[in-house]
Amino acid sequence: MSTSNVATTSGAASTPVFAAQQTIAAPPRRRRVKRKTWQTVIWLVVLIALTALVLYPLVWLGISTLKPNSEFGQNPGLIPQQPTFDNYLKVFDGIAGVPLWQFFGNSLILAVLAVVGTVLSSALAAYAFARIQFKGLGILFAAMIGTLLLPFHVVIIPQYILFNNLGLVDTFWPLVLPKFLATEAFFVFLLVQFMRQMPRDMDEAARIDGAGHVRIFWAIILPLVKPALITCAIFAFIWSWNDFLGPLLYLTSPENYPLPIALRLYNDQSSTSDFGATVTASFLALVPVLLFFLVFQRFLVDGVATQGLKG
Amino acid sequence: MLRHPDPAPSPRHLEQPVSTTATRVIVTGEKRRRALANKRRPENLSRPTQRSRARKETLAGYGFLVPWLLGFFGLTIIPMGYSLYLSFTRYNIFTPPRWIGLDNYIRLFTNDPQFIQSAQITLIYVFVGTPITLIAALLVAMLLNYRDKGAGFFRSAFYAPSLIGGSVSVAIVWRAMFGSEGPVDSSLAALGIDLGGWIGNPSLVLPAMIILSIWQFGATMVIFLAGLKQVPKELYEAAEMDGAGAWHRFRAVTLPMLSPVIFFNLLLGLIGAFQVFASAYIISNGSGGPAGMTNFVTIYLYKRGFTDGQMGYAAAIAWILLIVVAIIAFILFRTQRSWVHYAGDNR
Repeated sequence: MSTSNVATTSGAASTPVFAAQQTIAAPPRRRRVKRKTWQTVIWLVVLIALTALVLYPLVWLGISTLKPNSEFGQNPGLIPQQPTFDNYLKVFDGIAGVPLWQFFGNSLILAVLAVVGTVLSSALAAYAFARIQFKGLGILFAAMIGTLLLPFHVVIIPQYILFNNLGLVDTFWPLVLPKFLATEAFFVFLLVQFMRQMPRDMDEAARIDGAGHVRIFWAIILPLVKPALITCAIFAFIWSWNDFLGPLLYLTSPENYPLPIALRLYNDQSSTSDFGATVTASFLALVPVLLFFLVFQRFLVDGVATQGLKG
Repeated sequence: MLRHPDPAPSPRHLEQPVSTTATRVIVTGEKRRRALANKRRPENLSRPTQRSRARKETLAGYGFLVPWLLGFFGLTIIPMGYSLYLSFTRYNIFTPPRWIGLDNYIRLFTNDPQFIQSAQITLIYVFVGTPITLIAALLVAMLLNYRDKGAGFFRSAFYAPSLIGGSVSVAIVWRAMFGSEGPVDSSLAALGIDLGGWIGNPSLVLPAMIILSIWQFGATMVIFLAGLKQVPKELYEAAEMDGAGAWHRFRAVTLPMLSPVIFFNLLLGLIGAFQVFASAYIISNGSGGPAGMTNFVTIYLYKRGFTDGQMGYAAAIAWILLIVVAIIAFILFRTQRSWVHYAGDNR
């Protein structure tokens, strides 16, 4: 609401002494309310239009799974002319001789291991950084922050050589082991932030009563930072579920593929034939993430808001 | 000698109830009082005791850090050093690396038009996409900040794309939507703008990639919104009293108060944009095409290292990427003094 407008609507006859106060306090009531309502309506309309635009690709994806192959390229509109479930039937057969559920299973195993490894190792490291005073703390903490900004691509070649020499290519080890070693600094950082906020009196008292760090960590700090642990777990799951580069580098046989790599197979052949199956498999791969999002959206969005954690 | 601000522990502090499960150990009042007193006045401890305590703490610290240290040195620092070494060699994983000095770097900058193009399109993608994303995120955040009621729904709806934007599924959707005869092409054609498919068009595929990165503005927007909520309302009221218009209020209040958040989002946004991989790979079917216009540095690195088996050359590309990211971070941190305003800081 701009000042000049308010000034013109207020009575010009008011005494000069109170003019300043009156311009703010007493514009005609009804007009102000009406204007407020109109502003809110415009606000809503703009936001709904924006939401429709932003979510259109997802809606398009969901509805396109019902289009028969012949309609792709012919019917760019949203609604299928002849809706069918054929795509789903086809897609469950899988690709490259591997059924779809196996790709799902692989993705699930990787994601669950990623969650367990990330939460455990990051919580341990965060406790040391946040609650223990030790020699070298400063420099190691700075190093950890430094790795926050480090592009992953810088280490893919040497890491690949390492895992290749260990004979671990085409196993889940190269994808899972880093998760158990807290290599994703974001999670460590997020937990450090949370653990630092916890009052110190409690663990000081516990120490005086003879509890060691292990007990303080397990019985006091971990329960206190549970919300942060949940945020970490959800992000670790989704990042692992969506990860493409890791499995692309390390997994070579189709029966080990998680969904993103399986989708690549669909994508590669889609230019020639089966676009419906590609779209449907893509949609199914997104469903768990979208469900996670719907259930935990408060955790996710608030986690992002308070900690600056990016999707 | 350091003077402790509170030499005698206050009785209130001693009587503070301790109710956590871990502390249900019976301790005599005397022992506890003495322990607390010691805690408050470390200078009272005899030197050896203090030193052994410090040693114990250090031991505990490194104990908790074992997994992280293994990861940090084993999977990050030593590999980085090794890849620096590899970048001065010719190496194909099957025969031992052969030292060739600076040849890889010289070849990259003087004799590899593919790399030059790759660097150019990456820089365009990063420095066009990130600022637009930030501006869009800030505008939408301000729009949402206008009203609390109902804003939560839109906040979540706009956030969803940033959770999935880098996934293969979304890249496949983008390929379909921006492909020829796709929804974007046909809606534009209906408006009389006949561009054809974006994905197969060398001059439109990069804009399609940038639109994909802008589409993921939600996470940035949520951080901006949290920042906006913390701007004291009095500042706006004061500015309004002074007769500041909307634009002036934005310049004089919103921007400076948000500058730490802008700095954070800019830093992470730029660094994140350099790492785009899956979407470019899927949209171009792993080729980096059409005409090399999605051949981002990460894609080129992957192709050289893992398709052509030129590990040394790829390591050199990785190090150039690292150096560029480090330079950008350095510039941002150096210039933040002149434009980032931290609350309670009167520099």
